[in-house]
Amino acid sequence: MSAHSHDHDHATSGSELDEMTLRVKALESLLVEKGYVDPAALDALIETYETKVGPRNGAQVVAKAWADPAYRERLKADATAAIAELGFSGRQGEHMVAVENTPEQHNMVVCTLCSCYPWPVLGLPPVWYKAPAYRSRAVIDPRGVLAEFGVTLSPDQAVRVWDSTAEIRYLVIPMRPEGTEGWSEEQLQQLVTRDAMIGTGLALAPGEVKP
Amino acid sequence: MNGAHDLGGMMGFGPVDAEPGEPVFHADWESRVLAVTLAMGALGEWSIDVARQARESQPPAQYLISSYYQIWLAGLEKLMAARGLASAGELASGWAGGPARPTKHPPLAAANVAKAMTAGSPYERPAPAPVRFKRGDKVMTKNINPTGHTRLPRYLRHHEGEIIAVHGAHVFPDSNAAGKGEDPQWLYTVKFAASELWGPDADPRDSVTADLWEPYLESA
Repeated sequence: MSAHSHDHDHATSGSELDEMTLRVKALESLLVEKGYVDPAALDALIETYETKVGPRNGAQVVAKAWADPAYRERLKADATAAIAELGFSGRQGEHMVAVENTPEQHNMVVCTLCSCYPWPVLGLPPVWYKAPAYRSRAVIDPRGVLAEFGVTLSPDQAVRVWDSTAEIRYLVIPMRPEGTEGWSEEQLQQLVTRDAMIGTGLALAPGEVKP
Repeated sequence: MNGAHDLGGMMGFGPVDAEPGEPVFHADWESRVLAVTLAMGALGEWSIDVARQARESQPPAQYLISSYYQIWLAGLEKLMAARGLASAGELASGWAGGPARPTKHPPLAAANVAKAMTAGSPYERPAPAPVRFKRGDKVMTKNINPTGHTRLPRYLRHHEGEIIAVHGAHVFPDSNAAGKGEDPQWLYTVKFAASELWGPDADPRDSVTADLWEPYLESA
């Protein structure tokens, strides 16, 4: 009993590893000892999704779609192939569909059943995307959710919510902001946020980015 | 199964808690869970649908108080024990009590990580039968309550919708998760009016789509 109290005191003092850290370390060491996993492969997987694959990939796709009408048509016709043209493909993006926002329709993506998300173009999903509040409300109260994200739609826009229930992964193409005529693709990429590509945000206005 | 994971339309979870400048991982253990889950999946001992079923079949109260990487970890431990890759004692202690058992594929090597992630694993398959529906067709989702894995969420059962895309035949998760083979079925995107799902309080302009396999659908 006294041993238990002693451990508990240490845990709350923050001077030792927390329960999840210990549990995962134990699992990893077991898997390495048994030879099921290669620790270097684990490091490579983490590096891939921490530093290489993220929403800057998707921003390149969107900016190109804005700047290049022929690419935009290819993206709408076969998003998997059009995205692969830029070098982005693979796990959790095997079957891509691009949905374009218009003055008549705003698109928003959710996975009510789990956490399906287009990894090759957006990276790993943020915590809120995987949490019950978003997953439960996106389909029944999309306008309320958008208001919490600070998104104001035009009065004429319908909202379409895409529930990713299969292996199709959706990328929202936000509307190109006004005042960006003549901008290069590199400049346009700066306006494309992760949330704009989920549909819980809009592209930034020219004045919202650093010159 | 009608589990806690099937969240569409539930209430009471409060506002969406978006974190400005959110890091990819909030702790090192989260990144290790991601990596271990991907690496163990590469052994070929279970499909992604089996893994999803393991995550969502936790007791509802436990599922709802867990973070997503905790859900992944619990699912992985459950699968490893169920498939005999590690015993409950080994999982509890972190020490190997015996040798590993042979696996379908060899361990993922660091040199193959980029290739494996970039290739992914496409889910489209040759069609087993002629396609039944076309764009513009009105369909009715079935009222089914399977005890196993399904991708027909509760909030979309027994509702009328319209086919807006035909995606070819894809691996059918209901069968694949049960270990009964891939059983490819035609996959469609079906559009539902928000008012059809939620009643007269919904904005009449709004809609929800879902990607649904042919066995979930009937002609309306």
